[in-house]
Amino acid sequence: METVAAVQFKKQSQTKEVWRRFRKSKGAVAGLLMLSVIVFLLVFADFIAPYAQATQQDLAIKLQGPSFGHILGTDAFGRDLFARIVHGGRTSLSIAVLATISSCILGSALGAIAGYFGGKVDSLIMRTLDIFMSIPDILFTMAVVFALGAGFINLLLALTLAYFTNYVRLVRSQVLNLAELDYVEAARAGGSGSTRIIITHILPNAMGVIIVNTTLNVAKIILYESTLSFLGLGMPPPAPEWGLLLADAREYMRVAPYLMFFPAMAIVLCATSVNLIGDGLRDALDPHLKS
Amino acid sequence: MSEAILEIKDLWVIYKTDLETVAAVNGIDLRIGKGKTMGLVGETGAGKTTTALSILRLLPSNTGRILKGSIRFQGEDIMGMNEARIHAIRGDKIAMVFQDPMTSLNPVMTVGEQIAEAILLHNEGIKTAEVDRRVDDMLGMVGIQASRKGEYPHQFSGGMKQRVVIAMALACEPELLIADEPTTALDVTIQAQVLTMIKDLRDRLGTSMLMITHNLGIVAKICDDVAVMYAGEIVESGTVEDLFLGKRHHPYTDGLFGSIPSLTSRATRLTPIPGLMPDPSNLPKGCAFEERCAHRMEICLKQHPQKATEGTHSILCHLYGEKP
Repeated sequence: METVAAVQFKKQSQTKEVWRRFRKSKGAVAGLLMLSVIVFLLVFADFIAPYAQATQQDLAIKLQGPSFGHILGTDAFGRDLFARIVHGGRTSLSIAVLATISSCILGSALGAIAGYFGGKVDSLIMRTLDIFMSIPDILFTMAVVFALGAGFINLLLALTLAYFTNYVRLVRSQVLNLAELDYVEAARAGGSGSTRIIITHILPNAMGVIIVNTTLNVAKIILYESTLSFLGLGMPPPAPEWGLLLADAREYMRVAPYLMFFPAMAIVLCATSVNLIGDGLRDALDPHLKS
Repeated sequence: MSEAILEIKDLWVIYKTDLETVAAVNGIDLRIGKGKTMGLVGETGAGKTTTALSILRLLPSNTGRILKGSIRFQGEDIMGMNEARIHAIRGDKIAMVFQDPMTSLNPVMTVGEQIAEAILLHNEGIKTAEVDRRVDDMLGMVGIQASRKGEYPHQFSGGMKQRVVIAMALACEPELLIADEPTTALDVTIQAQVLTMIKDLRDRLGTSMLMITHNLGIVAKICDDVAVMYAGEIVESGTVEDLFLGKRHHPYTDGLFGSIPSLTSRATRLTPIPGLMPDPSNLPKGCAFEERCAHRMEICLKQHPQKATEGTHSILCHLYGEKP
């Protein structure tokens, strides 16, 4: 039998292709740059502004505006605001990222199981979910934090439980579509078991949608987490945290408005950049826009 | 008669929904000899694919049910198997090629990975180098350069994809290959290529085959035996010679032949079979083909016909009731 002459395709991996399309969007690239700068500052926070500056009180220099010594000024206890924002960002952002990842894993697993097996399993998971969703998010997280006490792990748990429901519904709807496709049927005819089909054939094909949703969720959780700490349900003081900085600054709004302005800017910049990246990824991963 | 690799006896399958019950397969008998190719012919909705899915126990679990009958593969009862055993058989002993190559490959896995998956699944503890070698072999066998195994399905044309699908199905050298209209979605020139390839591979590997098609040309080209299905029943079965050269036929088979354009006769019009297949959720009491039949008789309305057998050739029709 003749061998069909192979047309030499330019080999291009999926990742490269997505990156090529991602780069086309100016907003997405700007978001990525902005986030890179933020992440760089947070990662090297200890060298840029040592943690001591963020917690050590020095009443002699309290409530000073931005200057060379303290580029964003100092708060009511003479602590360096820049150091507090940078170190607060570490907590805020890592909670946001970790909560997103854990809610994504929990939600995707449940969604895939519900969508793939259907029937009673599906009803059980979805009805339980309805109970979760019938309680307003903010009330729910507050209840969890009140019950378990404030702290990194408990905050993570509260945010995960508040956000995993999105993923269950999203992934379930994807799986319902994907499970009907011929290659899933073909995999079944090839002797693959359910777990293998879900992991190697269904979830990778739903990845685009999951990734986009995840990025957009990071932004939501950053805001949400700030809200919680603003209400005093975040990390216990004196640890700096964006929401907490805002809450503290309220008293000095008239004398030192920069105390409120800079942490707010940090939240806005961070959420915006992550949102821009999410939008860019959605366009890059959408097969309908492939050109 | 040679040893049978697959034997279906009196198989009844229904699809049950809240609204209606569809009788998809109604008491069929089918026997595929070892190393033989059986052609299953019939129009859309006749129950061909349902039969194939029943063999692999892949009927949609929420609606499809096997009412009764037995399916034996190499003497082993498929319906009585536990989950582990049927998983071990699927893909390893019985493999299936689906109709549309455009959708039967996973778009996010390279073709090499997909062929390797089939091999890995049924050969535990196999070495990576060995898998690689076999993937290369399989691709070579279906006429694709082994260097293309790192490419994704969207980089292949339809005909090439169907070759990949066939390579996946044959990767474990199955005893029985079920091909569900493997060439329907391809254009005519590629159809011939793929068919020739299937035939070559079958002869080389000694695989038995169930070829589902609605194309009598394909049957003539590669099958040994034929079964014609209509409304969930096998109305005529026999060897290819019985069907193409025999004198007596079920009126439906006659109709099928009448619907093929001929190169030699000067007739300008085809003679299609009038009407449509009866609603499978409401089958008539008598013969299912009665409404469309040119030879219909009084008895056809009232009584379901009996099978009339002569040697290898059997016909389900009142015309041949007493003496076929």
